[in-house]
Amino acid sequence: MISLAGRDILHAWGKYVFTGLGLGLLIGVTLSMAGIYRGMVDDAKVLLRNSGADIWVVQKDTLGPYAEPSSLHDDIYRSLLGLPGVARAANATYLTMQVRRSDEDVRVMVVGITPGQPGEPGYLLAGRRLTRSHYEAIADIKAGLAQGEKVRIRRNDYTVVGLTRRMVSSSGDPMLFIPLKDAQAAQFLKDNEAIRNDRARTAANPALNRPGVPGLIEAIDASKTESRSVNAVLVQVAPGWPPAAVAENIRRWKYLQAYTVADMEDILVSKLISTSARQIGMFLVILAIVSAAIVSFIIYTMTLSKVREIAVLKLIGTRNRTIAGMILQQALGLGLIAFVVGKTVATLWAPHFPKYVLLEPGDAIRGFFAVMAICALASTLAIRTALKVDPAEAIGG
Amino acid sequence: MPQAAIEISGLRKVYGQGDTAVEALKEVNMRIQPGEVVGLIGPSGSGKSTLLKCLGAVTEPTAGEIRFNGETVYANGWRVGDIRALRRDRIGFVFQAPYLIPFLDVTDNVALLPMLAGRPNAEARARALDLLTALDVAHRARAQVSQLSGGEQQRVAIARALANQPPVILADEPTAPLDSERALTVVRILNQMAQQYRTAIIVVTHDEKIIPTFRRIYHIRDGRTYEEAGEGRAF
Repeated sequence: MISLAGRDILHAWGKYVFTGLGLGLLIGVTLSMAGIYRGMVDDAKVLLRNSGADIWVVQKDTLGPYAEPSSLHDDIYRSLLGLPGVARAANATYLTMQVRRSDEDVRVMVVGITPGQPGEPGYLLAGRRLTRSHYEAIADIKAGLAQGEKVRIRRNDYTVVGLTRRMVSSSGDPMLFIPLKDAQAAQFLKDNEAIRNDRARTAANPALNRPGVPGLIEAIDASKTESRSVNAVLVQVAPGWPPAAVAENIRRWKYLQAYTVADMEDILVSKLISTSARQIGMFLVILAIVSAAIVSFIIYTMTLSKVREIAVLKLIGTRNRTIAGMILQQALGLGLIAFVVGKTVATLWAPHFPKYVLLEPGDAIRGFFAVMAICALASTLAIRTALKVDPAEAIGG
Repeated sequence: MPQAAIEISGLRKVYGQGDTAVEALKEVNMRIQPGEVVGLIGPSGSGKSTLLKCLGAVTEPTAGEIRFNGETVYANGWRVGDIRALRRDRIGFVFQAPYLIPFLDVTDNVALLPMLAGRPNAEARARALDLLTALDVAHRARAQVSQLSGGEQQRVAIARALANQPPVILADEPTAPLDSERALTVVRILNQMAQQYRTAIIVVTHDEKIIPTFRRIYHIRDGRTYEEAGEGRAF
């Protein structure tokens, strides 16, 4: 027996293929949405992994440097180094800001690190690590900065000496790593006018500007302009020590919040990007419904245009299951074309998204079966219509 | 008396029930021999289409009897298990418009019926090619339906009706869209095929051009058939 569905498709293949292409673009968008979600999760995991930290120590009752503001004194890391199980500890600051690049602004998360300590990027694509104490930077390639390029942060220019990748914040801003002292200054240092204003206020305060206490007012002024805060301390545990136990020790003895990698993943994935995930999930559901409706309308319209042929087929003795099979095969064929097109375009346009899009094979396989199920489901309306066609319609009268 | 290809006696068809019942066929009696082509003529609303639908097994009659080659297929109820198979194997249809399947080529339009009946593709296509040769359209065997002229399409439709060698072909105004010459050609072909394949053909028509060609004509009026000898004029 010949394939009626195949012959019908070949007869008007252009229309069929172009319909599949259109549907494929829609499926491409659906796969990309799933990829955007996967990318967000993966970005978060890679960020944690590449930072080289086993534990993030932050201000008590806060959720860590990526989720909530946290402020710690920058000498806390020394006391952490004294705890059992702590191999290395280093300060880190995080500040999302606009930095000036020649004639345009670039939005980045400026990360202050201590070179050679936890917190610096795990690997470089080009250039070198930070070696000088000031005015050098390592940029994620998503920032679009080139090696040797200068960027202005607050009052100072920084030279990009290295490039890394997959180091972006939870909101997708590429990271720019600079020396800790510079980052502290950029984050907490006031402008000159504000400092002069502050000094005048202090001098006008008789409680602080007391006669007979030389050096007091200078000491107060100095304390106001010094930056002694960081957002987090990143800790590496010694071999053989479970990070959860070390984190518990830090919480118990230092009255600080300490998160392991698993805790941080939970914060980033379950809390920080959960709203975005729900948003994407909702969008995926809507896209699935729209796709199903479109396939349904297409197959239904294709069937309606063949009512006379279906009546003739039934009149000459074609079984209902042959006719239903023809429509189902066409719907599945459409789904197959649409999926191949969708997967291809999603793969092609994924690198051009500003945020990382991760197209997982598992999602593609699930997507394929979902598309096929949607197409099969969508064809039922057309099949019902076809089976209701009266063979007498071919005779007329 | 030789066995008739189709024999209809006391056929009735009533649509609806009670006060709204409409008796479309009141008393239909016909007897057609193998190889015979008869005309079925009647005004609009006389019951032609209803009779065609009853004979084509797409509408169930209310009462009466239908026999194909002596076998009762309807006697106050269908006497065959598979109505679809009855239509496929024992009744051929030719319509006013050819109604060929546009996505199949000429050969497969004809071969589809034997294939549906379970014959192997090669055998079905060989049978189709034989018929297309007999109908003088074998040279268009691989053509698409849309590439055929109206006359060629009608010949292919006749070939399709003959594909499973049915004892009966029902032709519903097969010459209506054709000019005189082509209409007479179609009737000549129907007569040739009826003779060659020993098939009884009922031609429903209003076409004044072809009515004189029938040797026997059944008139249908108010749901009743009346037999009349035709002129049987040569083509």
